[in-house]
Amino acid sequence: MARKDRMSGNEAVAFAIRQINPDVMPAFPITPSTEIPQMVSTYIANGEIDTEFIPVESEHSAMSAAIGSEAAGARTLTATSSAGLAYMWEELLLAASNRMPIALALVNRTLSGPININCDHSDGMGARDTGWIQIYAENNQEVYDNFIQAYPIAEDPEVHLPIMICQDGFITSHAVENIELLEDEEVKEFVGEYEPEEFLLNPGKPIAVGPYSVTNYAMEAKKNQADALKHSQEIVLKVAEEFEKISGRKYGLFEEYRTEDADYIMLIMGSAAGTAKQAVDDLRAQGKKVGVIKLRLFRPFPAEELAEALKNAKAAAIMDRAESYNGNGGPLGSEVTAGLYRKKIMIETVNYIYGLGGRDFTVQEVYDIFGELEDFIENGNAPEQFKYIGLRK
Amino acid sequence: MSNGFEIRWHGRGGQGAKTAALLLADVAFKTGKYVQGFPEYGPERMGAPITAYNRISDQPIRVHSNIYTPDLVVVVDETLLHSVDVTDGLKEDGAVIINSSKEPEQLRSMLNGYQGKVYTVDARKISVEALGRYFPNSPMLAAAVAVGSIMEHDAFISEMRNSYQHKFAKKPEVIDGNMLALQLTYDALKDVV
Repeated sequence: MARKDRMSGNEAVAFAIRQINPDVMPAFPITPSTEIPQMVSTYIANGEIDTEFIPVESEHSAMSAAIGSEAAGARTLTATSSAGLAYMWEELLLAASNRMPIALALVNRTLSGPININCDHSDGMGARDTGWIQIYAENNQEVYDNFIQAYPIAEDPEVHLPIMICQDGFITSHAVENIELLEDEEVKEFVGEYEPEEFLLNPGKPIAVGPYSVTNYAMEAKKNQADALKHSQEIVLKVAEEFEKISGRKYGLFEEYRTEDADYIMLIMGSAAGTAKQAVDDLRAQGKKVGVIKLRLFRPFPAEELAEALKNAKAAAIMDRAESYNGNGGPLGSEVTAGLYRKKIMIETVNYIYGLGGRDFTVQEVYDIFGELEDFIENGNAPEQFKYIGLRK
Repeated sequence: MSNGFEIRWHGRGGQGAKTAALLLADVAFKTGKYVQGFPEYGPERMGAPITAYNRISDQPIRVHSNIYTPDLVVVVDETLLHSVDVTDGLKEDGAVIINSSKEPEQLRSMLNGYQGKVYTVDARKISVEALGRYFPNSPMLAAAVAVGSIMEHDAFISEMRNSYQHKFAKKPEVIDGNMLALQLTYDALKDVV
C-alpha cells in the first residue's frame, strides 16, 4: 500500500535509508547533502535503525571507511556533494575496481570556483570515469525510488559495483513536494539481505582485497571491470521491472516524453527535465512536434539506445549542466554525438550548457531552444553547435 | 502554461519566510493538493534578503524553476520595498501582502506602478500580542492563506495545530501563541478579504 506524503529530496533519501537499514554509514557533512547523514543519525539515535554511523574527519576518510566496511561484508553507504566527492576521487576508483557495491547519495552541487553552493552536475560529471554506476533523478519521488533500487542493482552478483544515486542540490534536495512512499516491509523485502559471496571477515574463505597487480594481469582486471559496468545496464532494467511490480512506477535507461513523432527533441538530465516537459506540453498545444528525453542512467552510458531514440528527429538539443573545459562540448553532448556517429545517424545537434552554479533554467528557455532548432532546420540559420544558454545579458 | 497558484515570499534571513513557505506546502498538501515549497539559497546570513516559493495545484507540478509571474507576493519585511522590486512579474489580478502598520495606499508608491490589490498586515503588533515576541511568519502565513483563498479557515486552523505540534515538539509552550497569531491575522483581514 502506497502512502502519500510530502517531503524534500533529502528527506526522501533519508527515509529510504531508514527503510533499508544498511549496516554502516561513514559520512562527513557538506552542503547541500548534510541533511542526509543528519537525518539518518536521528533515526539511529531514536532506535529506528541500527546502522553503525561513523563520523569521519573528511570525505577521503568517508570513502576509505566505506571501502573497508564493504570489504568486510557490510552493506555500506555515504552521502556527499561537490568538493566532498572531489576529495573522494582516489577512493571512488578503488571502490569500483575492488568491486564494492557501496551506495552514495550524491546531491549535485557545482565545484569551485567561484565558490558556490548551488546545483550543477560538475561533481557527478567529474566522477564519470571512476567506474561507478550513476543514476539521476528529476524529483524527490525519483530519487527515493532510485535509492531503493540502488542495492539490488549494485549487489547483483553480475554487477558488484558501486552506485551513485544523484539529485539536484537545493532544487530537489531542499524542495518539499508530494511523494508516494512504499511500506517499510515492501522495501525490506525488495532490497533483501546482503549476502556477499566473498568478504574479508569470512574465516572459512580468506581473500585478498586491493592487492598489487603486475602488468601481466592489470589490463585484464580493468577489462573485466569495464565489462561488468556495461553489463549493469541490463541489471538496471531488470531491477526497474521488479520495482514496477511493487510501486506501479516505471523506470528505464531514460524516459521518452512525447517523442514518438517529434521533429525536435531535447535530451536533458535531472530536475530541469520537469521544466522541459511542461514547455513541451505548451508547445504541443501550439502544434509544435517536440519532445523530451530524460536520461536516467548516465553510467554506464546507453549510447546505442539514445542514438536509436533520436534517429527520427530532425534536430536534437543536448543539455549539459556541467562544463568540460575542452572547447568542444559538455559530457552529454560529446557522448551522445559520438553514439550517433557510430550508428551513422546524422541528425543535427546543438549542445547547450545551462544552469551552472544554480543558474535557473526556465520554461521560456526551453521555448527558445526549440525555436532555435526549428529555425536551424526550416530556415538554415545554424546556431553554434556548442553554446551557453541563460547567461546574463 | 499552468503551474497552479504561485506564491513568492520576500523576507530577510532569520524571519522565517522559508519556514512559512514550507509550512504552507505542508498544510496545502493535507487538503489533497499537489505542492512545492522551496527557498532560493544564496549566501545565507541573518538580515540578508531571501526569496522562497510555493506552487499549489490540482495537477502534479513538474516545473523546477523559480517563480517569475506569481499570483501572490508576500513581503515579510517592509524595508525590502526600498531595495527589492517585490511586485516584479506579479499578475495584475494577483495581490501583494506587506507586513506593515501602514495602510495599503500609503505603500503603493513604492510598488513600481503595480495596479493590483495591496494588503497590509501588522505582523509585529499581532506577534507581540500573541507571542510576546516578534516572529512575523505565522501572521504572514495566515495572511497568504486568507488572501490567496488557499483553503478554508477551519481546515487551515486545525491543520496548523498539527503542523505546529510537530514543528514545536520540543517547545510546546509556543504553539498556542502561534495559533492565536493566525486567528488574530484572520480577524484583522476579515473586512478586506
